[in-house]
Amino acid sequence: MLRRLALRFLYSLPLLFLVFFFFYPLARILQRSLIVDGQLDLGSVFGTLTAPFVWKVLWFTTWQAALSTLCTVLIGLPLAYIFSHYEFPGKTIIKALITVPFVMPTVVVAAAFTTLAGSNGLLNQWLEAAFLLNEPPLQIMRSVWGILLAHVFYNVSVIVRTVGGFWSNLNPRLSEAAQVLGANRLRLLREVTLPLLLPSIVAASLLVFLFCFTSFGVVLILGGLRFATLEVEIYRQAVSLFNLPAAATLSLLQIAITFAIMTVYTRLQARASRPLEMNSQTRMTNRPSGAHEWLLLSGALLAALILLLSPLLALAWRSFTLGDAGFTLQYYAELTVNRRNSAFFVAPLVAVRNSLLYALMTMCLSLILGILSAYLLVRRPTTLPLLGDTVDRTARPAKRKFSSALLDPIFLLPLGTSAVTLGLGYIIAMGSLRTSPLLVPIAHTLIATPFVVRTFLPALRSLDPRLRESAAVMGASPSRVWREIDLPLLFRAALVGAVFAFTISLGEFGATLLVTRPDIPTMPIVIFRALGEPGLLNYGQALAMSTILMVVSAIGLVIIEQFRFGDVGEF
Amino acid sequence: MKQILKLLSTILILALVTACQPAGLETGGTEMGESAEPTTLVVGSHDSFTASEEVLAQFENANNVALQFLELGDAGEALNKIILSKDAPLADVFFGVDNSFLSRALNADVFVPYKSPMLAHISDDLKLDPDNTLLPVDFGFVNLNADKSWFADRGLDLPTTLDDLADPAYAGTLVVMNPATSSPGLAFLMTTIAYFGEDGYLDYWQALADNDVLITSGWSEAYFEQFTVGSGDDSVRPVVVSYSTSPPADLLYAADGRTEPASINISPSGATFRQIEFVGILQGTEKMELAQKFVDFMLDTPFQEDIPLQMFVYPSNVNAQLPDIFTQFAEPATDPAVVDPAEIESNREAWINAWTELMLR
Repeated sequence: MLRRLALRFLYSLPLLFLVFFFFYPLARILQRSLIVDGQLDLGSVFGTLTAPFVWKVLWFTTWQAALSTLCTVLIGLPLAYIFSHYEFPGKTIIKALITVPFVMPTVVVAAAFTTLAGSNGLLNQWLEAAFLLNEPPLQIMRSVWGILLAHVFYNVSVIVRTVGGFWSNLNPRLSEAAQVLGANRLRLLREVTLPLLLPSIVAASLLVFLFCFTSFGVVLILGGLRFATLEVEIYRQAVSLFNLPAAATLSLLQIAITFAIMTVYTRLQARASRPLEMNSQTRMTNRPSGAHEWLLLSGALLAALILLLSPLLALAWRSFTLGDAGFTLQYYAELTVNRRNSAFFVAPLVAVRNSLLYALMTMCLSLILGILSAYLLVRRPTTLPLLGDTVDRTARPAKRKFSSALLDPIFLLPLGTSAVTLGLGYIIAMGSLRTSPLLVPIAHTLIATPFVVRTFLPALRSLDPRLRESAAVMGASPSRVWREIDLPLLFRAALVGAVFAFTISLGEFGATLLVTRPDIPTMPIVIFRALGEPGLLNYGQALAMSTILMVVSAIGLVIIEQFRFGDVGEF
Repeated sequence: MKQILKLLSTILILALVTACQPAGLETGGTEMGESAEPTTLVVGSHDSFTASEEVLAQFENANNVALQFLELGDAGEALNKIILSKDAPLADVFFGVDNSFLSRALNADVFVPYKSPMLAHISDDLKLDPDNTLLPVDFGFVNLNADKSWFADRGLDLPTTLDDLADPAYAGTLVVMNPATSSPGLAFLMTTIAYFGEDGYLDYWQALADNDVLITSGWSEAYFEQFTVGSGDDSVRPVVVSYSTSPPADLLYAADGRTEPASINISPSGATFRQIEFVGILQGTEKMELAQKFVDFMLDTPFQEDIPLQMFVYPSNVNAQLPDIFTQFAEPATDPAVVDPAEIESNREAWINAWTELMLR
């Protein structure tokens, strides 16, 4: 009895968290914006919804997000294949570096892209010199191409880690069986691999789509201002014009659309899920054999690295070579100097430490809440035929409760909600918590938990319930079942979620929600402050701190990836 | 080896975690000895507020108070948060309302009037609020900065008026910011409205567009990436919308030990925009006396003389001395464009929409 109560309490924790830190502030700001003298201000709602520019903005937001997601998936899948099937020197570092873009503030990334691909950037300079051109051939900045490129740059790691992690645990027996039965590579891909991977592909692409849909900085800076997404428009209405009813209406529109999309996606993902025989990762990966495999591998990696790593490298390079003095460490040294005796000076190590602390807190909190949410969503274990007995692609999971189906997208809602609106809601609703440092990891957790849920869920759904049943039949208590069956098999998926929670917190997603306390500075704050005053020393400091942010994130990611405890890890 | 690495990383993580509280920043308070627990005064501001440790310490020690600062975003965001939290104020004092948001702040009725004795030392033309609900602390000018050597190398004269920028001789030299997303960008737009009038400014912008003007979303991007002096890159644009105080700031933060700024203010007559920043005591504060003392402190000479090299704006107190670097390279403009705050509040949306329709669509 007590155990059931305890379980119920545990399962309700994620919901309570959402209600208190998401639904309540959201409700308060919507109420404040839309309810005038006790009455819903339908006039301004209709006014906003019928303005033609709103639908133009909405259309642009949707198609750029869809196109970005498609490009990201197309580029991410081959990389996921490489990372899940091959071992090669430098794999851990490269994998960490691919995820680092997640952490970088958009202003800094824009600077990096401009250095590389702007009209006077390195690429154009080389191309002009190589082909003796007069005009810079690449005009991708300030255009849709700039937006697409930046979205791919930011999000490819979501695909690589989520799908890659899932892929590396798949049992190769099915592919081998299909090949023995005569399937060529294309057929193998179409009829065995892709259907098996579908849940994780759907999960990953949904996350990427949501990020691209609510994209703010990228569109603002790299899109050349001709384009505005819904998020940019909400910012304009809320902040610049202080037109709260319009901002609230647009936020509601954004939530409604993302909720609809999330519902479709989550149903799709659930229906595609089936129990699989999971394999240890180490059995799946091996070094490339033969020259042609090495060649293929290096070719693909090179292409990926050029796209994904060169902006980061350009940034780091610039932090050492800004100005005319050649290679210099002066910008790093300048970070430690309080030139104006400012009371708001931030020692770099302090900023690093604070960022890391917040990131660790976010990681732990979102792992707990995310895993609990995932278990809540699959609480009715289904009885599916185990693949291998019959390859029955029409088998459906047993009918799930409607509430489960609804809960799935609800947990994703924070990702589809405008940070500006939610931030204003926090100002109204959070009382003395508004200025508490604890609010920072909480706000980060709000964004990170859906990530953990989405990456953990495919793995959880693929866990064959018969394994648990066998263990129980042989005498294991429920907690032992969880510890010795679930934990080892799902550890890799949990690790993927943890990595993302860590990077989301370091990159301060949702920073606009919060009131900044200059006495508890973090790395992005140092960067933004440095970009606020003229002078190459300031610009150089921003670049230097960005490079430090990159390095700290990469190291953190590598450490997390290597984490094992006890004898849990790879089975 | 892997075991050792694992152990080391676990220890590192544990050490970080057990260091427990996120490390703080001492805001200049010295040892208080045995005296009573200092009261806290919460000061809200926009993200660009800064002051030197010694000056703040003066106030803290003299009044046995601990100052706690909150940064609420850029000028517009911060004011909106203050207005929204009217019933449960975030702070005791708020600094950062500027004249383009003055009407919004006054209409929202979130501040308490305070006729500070220091007002006697503040120049009268800065006192835009006759009721002294909002008191002027500093002012700056949105101006045009130009790269001296870029023009010298090409044997071109520096542009001196707004019309010069629309002249084909200066095609492709200007970078501005989107007024919808940038405060100096909006100030420049309002400058053109004041200079050319509501009937003529759109024609001017059309001329600028024909002259290949570059528009960025924010000041950092314009200054650090598209301005030759700011980016250290000679191939981008030599004229940028920025502040009168950017040249001395650029000099102070130059990386190459130069003695003169690389940029210069164009200061076209009647075409700079004066931005005044105000401080106000929030309604609902429980520390009225202390808040008033802080406002007095902000308007008094020590703090005012600290302002130029901290925030790179001019002090409002006429007795405050400007540092040499300011008098040499950043004289305050004598004839800025002036737009009434009430007009700004009621026309801002229309102006921005008209500009956006013309320039971006």
